[in-house]
Amino acid sequence: MAIKSMSEYAANGETPEVLFWVGCAGSFDQRAQRITKAFAQILDKVGIKFAILGKEEMCTGDPARRAGNEFLFQMMAYNNIHTLNAYGIKKVVTICPHCFNIFKNEYPALGGNYEVMHHTTFLQQLINEGRVKLKDGGAFKGKKITYHDSCYLGRGNGIYEAPRAVLEAFDTELIEMKRCKSNGMCCGAGGAQMFKEEEPGITRINFDRAEQALETGATIIAANCPFCTTMLTDGVKNKEKEDTVKVMDIAEMVAMSI
Amino acid sequence: MHLIQQILFIILALSAIYIFYKKVTEMRRNILLGRDEDLTDNPSQRWKNMILLALGQKKMFKKPIPAVLHLFVYVGFIIINVEILEIFLDGALGMHRLFAPMLGGLYAFLIGFFEILAALVLIGCVIFLVRRNILKVKRLNMKELNGWPREDANLILITEIILMSLFLTMNTADQSLQKLGVEHYTPTAPFWITSHFTTIFSGLSAGTLVGIERGCWWLHIIGVFAFLNYLPYSKHFHILLAFPNAYYSKLIPQGEAKNMPEIQNEVLYMMEPDKAPPTPTEPAEHKNFGAKDVTDLSWKNLLDAYSCTECGRCTVVCPANLTGKKLSPRKIMMDTRDRLEEVGKNINTNKEFKPDGKQLINDYITVEELRACTTCQACVEACPVTIDPLSIIMQLRRSLVMDDSNAPQEWNLMFGNIENNMAPWKFSPDDRDAWTHE
Repeated sequence: MAIKSMSEYAANGETPEVLFWVGCAGSFDQRAQRITKAFAQILDKVGIKFAILGKEEMCTGDPARRAGNEFLFQMMAYNNIHTLNAYGIKKVVTICPHCFNIFKNEYPALGGNYEVMHHTTFLQQLINEGRVKLKDGGAFKGKKITYHDSCYLGRGNGIYEAPRAVLEAFDTELIEMKRCKSNGMCCGAGGAQMFKEEEPGITRINFDRAEQALETGATIIAANCPFCTTMLTDGVKNKEKEDTVKVMDIAEMVAMSI
Repeated sequence: MHLIQQILFIILALSAIYIFYKKVTEMRRNILLGRDEDLTDNPSQRWKNMILLALGQKKMFKKPIPAVLHLFVYVGFIIINVEILEIFLDGALGMHRLFAPMLGGLYAFLIGFFEILAALVLIGCVIFLVRRNILKVKRLNMKELNGWPREDANLILITEIILMSLFLTMNTADQSLQKLGVEHYTPTAPFWITSHFTTIFSGLSAGTLVGIERGCWWLHIIGVFAFLNYLPYSKHFHILLAFPNAYYSKLIPQGEAKNMPEIQNEVLYMMEPDKAPPTPTEPAEHKNFGAKDVTDLSWKNLLDAYSCTECGRCTVVCPANLTGKKLSPRKIMMDTRDRLEEVGKNINTNKEFKPDGKQLINDYITVEELRACTTCQACVEACPVTIDPLSIIMQLRRSLVMDDSNAPQEWNLMFGNIENNMAPWKFSPDDRDAWTHE
């Protein structure tokens, strides 16, 4: 699978259908890279002409902004919007709900206006249009799955149904956690918590959330965010359940089933 | 005798309304100490929010049991206030049950309906007291409620129980007096509830009954006026501010953080100096980046603080609080209100704010609390009257990081990585697309 960057498209005078915004976790984190590759593989298989920014991509500035460093956020936003506008980017898809939120809600005020989709919504559309066909009796048929709403896809932007629709297409049993949808509980990574130790308390947020997921009896915990995936995986390990329960991004599940 | 009662009533009513008006004006002044924020766009959506959330209690119904009990008290409160109108006019004009002859049969129907509501309010308040003090519902017994907030909550419930009891006792005495055919007590059809309880007063003389009826009437209306003036000092002020607060609630997605145009421009002028204004404009009055104190917050944050009734729905869904961290979104709102009241008192005493060496950060809300927030918005989602504690947390964090350079070491490393490597981790930007070659 050859993945082309925006600069390669531009050099050939071509325009991709969509820009795949990989994000920092998807680019550098080994676990998250598997999500990136899975999603790229799906796009490739379906025959969607997509580009990445490659070395020109930068952090959106989300963790800086949430930590309170508005200055750094504005710097990153300025640079990214410059790059994207110079290429005339219209449509962006991303595997990170934090990047998604920034593109959808926070870049427009700074001059960055793009049609942006989170990869779960994108996948749901591909399934609806028949462009992605899931194998009958795939790897997940009849398995118990629970779904963790990320804060910035769910509460932040009200997207609860698209990811669930993808999971239902697997012909699996979806078991909701006690706290789900608008009442879903955070994995503990948001607000730049990913990058520091938690404050003193009685337990870690990801331990608590992973326990809630394990209580459903599901063998797969489906996620839509590279940070949630890391946090929940650690939470499952803490309960020594990593051999029987897997935390997977929805893109990885789709990639395994086509 | 009647004339003296009338004059007393009018003096009492006017003073109560005047004192209430003064205090509310003061609260309005305090709210307007906040920074400007234009929230007048899209009025149709705003009216819709007010009708659904405040009038219609939409978000309350996420917890059905307290929602139904709250609905009793809420509907009872609003509708029984129609009866207050009659009580008020009776008092001012020296009449008794002014509307009875005008409304005929409808009158007893209305009063009967009010009596049922009064009974529901009474039952609701008793159950609320039980939930707070005997069942010890978790969110109503957390440590930030120790002291005054807990007393405030119980006082409100007890006052409402007393007021409703007085109203029902008054009607019972009235029904007994009607049966005795005492002059001045206009005969009406039996009231739905109290007409069944007249036996408790059997054998009492007309004079005693008049004493009971008048006593209850006076105590009830004095109670109402006292309660009116207690509201502004209490969390119970939400019964009024829930409406404007829902009207001015955030219409943008919950995930969206407020932009800071001043910093946006600073970055723009740095990157493209030709866009900077040609001559440096007059040195602007130094404004803090983000917020250190209540006066740095938006007026809407301050309205939020006065609208909070400390129900704790936010805190019991906060992931930080649930895992034992010090952060409690409810405490953020209570602290903001307490500090705002303190600033208000300072202005009352000194004509203008005299620096008191205190501020919202550190003196009320600690850095540890602010650091624990995951910005998950569960608190914002949970609030029945659309209070946004996250907005305050974010502004205080901005001040910590940008004005005080106060960030944990790990965050400073993360900032450095973003600035130098364009990613929060220390990877080479050249490796950003390394995954494509594997």
